[in-house]
Amino acid sequence: MKIVKEALAGTLESSDLLVKVSPAAGDGLDVVISSEVMQQFGAQIEQVVRDTLNALGVTDGLVVVEDKGALDCAIRARVQTAVLRGAEVQTFNWSALS
Amino acid sequence: MKLRRSMLFLPGANAAMLSTAFVYKPDSIMFDLEDAVSLREKDAARLLVFHALRLPVYRGIETVVRINPLNTPFGHADLEAVVRAGVDVVRLPKTDSAEDVEVLEREVERIERACGREVGSTRLMAAIESASGVINALSIAKASPRLIGIALAGFDYVMDMQTERGDGTELFYARCAVLHAARAAKIDAFDVVWSDLNDEAGFLKEVDLIKRLGFNGKSLINPRQIELLHNAFAPTEEEVDYARRVVAAAIEGERKGLGVVSLNGKMVDAPVIDHARRVLQRAEASGTRK
Repeated sequence: MKIVKEALAGTLESSDLLVKVSPAAGDGLDVVISSEVMQQFGAQIEQVVRDTLNALGVTDGLVVVEDKGALDCAIRARVQTAVLRGAEVQTFNWSALS
Repeated sequence: MKLRRSMLFLPGANAAMLSTAFVYKPDSIMFDLEDAVSLREKDAARLLVFHALRLPVYRGIETVVRINPLNTPFGHADLEAVVRAGVDVVRLPKTDSAEDVEVLEREVERIERACGREVGSTRLMAAIESASGVINALSIAKASPRLIGIALAGFDYVMDMQTERGDGTELFYARCAVLHAARAAKIDAFDVVWSDLNDEAGFLKEVDLIKRLGFNGKSLINPRQIELLHNAFAPTEEEVDYARRVVAAAIEGERKGLGVVSLNGKMVDAPVIDHARRVLQRAEASGTRK
């Protein structure tokens, strides 16, 4: 899936996160994460973000995540929403979102 | 016999509430993708609910999702997401006729087959929100074997009737019609939400009314209402004591091969025994009334 425009998803409320995706043609994937629980869960958050991007076939772009203590399920949902918005995709394979 | 006294509404776009609502222990949790979600957040809410439904913490609790109507740009995508995610019950808003339920059922079955889910495992409920829906309540209630219940939704209904919420007089006919349709179809009936959180006395008065009418339960908009509702539906100690004696007399009668037994000179037959069992189920779920 190709990110063709800047897009946001989520909020900065507690237990949520804000995800911003931007296009980056051919420059690879850059994931930047900040979190209130970075020390304890930073590696796990990054893994969930990267796994989610990988399942969607995102290989290029800048993904900035500002986490406020969200569960993994919210992280997956917000990353997917931002990517689908940024890729301007309306129909997709649901199994890639599981 | 599934207890459905409390059905807690949760806005589908709220990540925090979706992640923690299981702690409140309502009988059913209803994730809302319709009126509680703004138009520009429909896609985000759908994905949040899709993932929340798969959380292990919701396995022990009945999950319901209110989708957008199928004639909107969002309804079909909502349905695709929640059936695939394993929701227990799909709630269809603005149900005006049996055909609305039949269309929903066909679409659910198509998705079940496509994703490998057991056909028939997704249950349905229909919310009746208009004069047409109330008039057609019986055919709606009998429209599908997947239906677990029908619900009256008060706000849209009173708008359609060109009136407003008041002391309940404005809902009298609709409540009776929906309830009779549900009972005739042998499914559950759910009453409207009570939206004034600060008016606890008004809430309890309405709960008392709908309980005496015979509703199974009520849709709730705040976790604070759950314990109040469960307590109001809980039997008294005297009722529990009597129900225990009825069930004991029934077991004894069955042992002796009697169809009907008597307890303190009163006939105990199947409806009385069924009622006693429901009383004991409510007592087991939340104790006796405080």
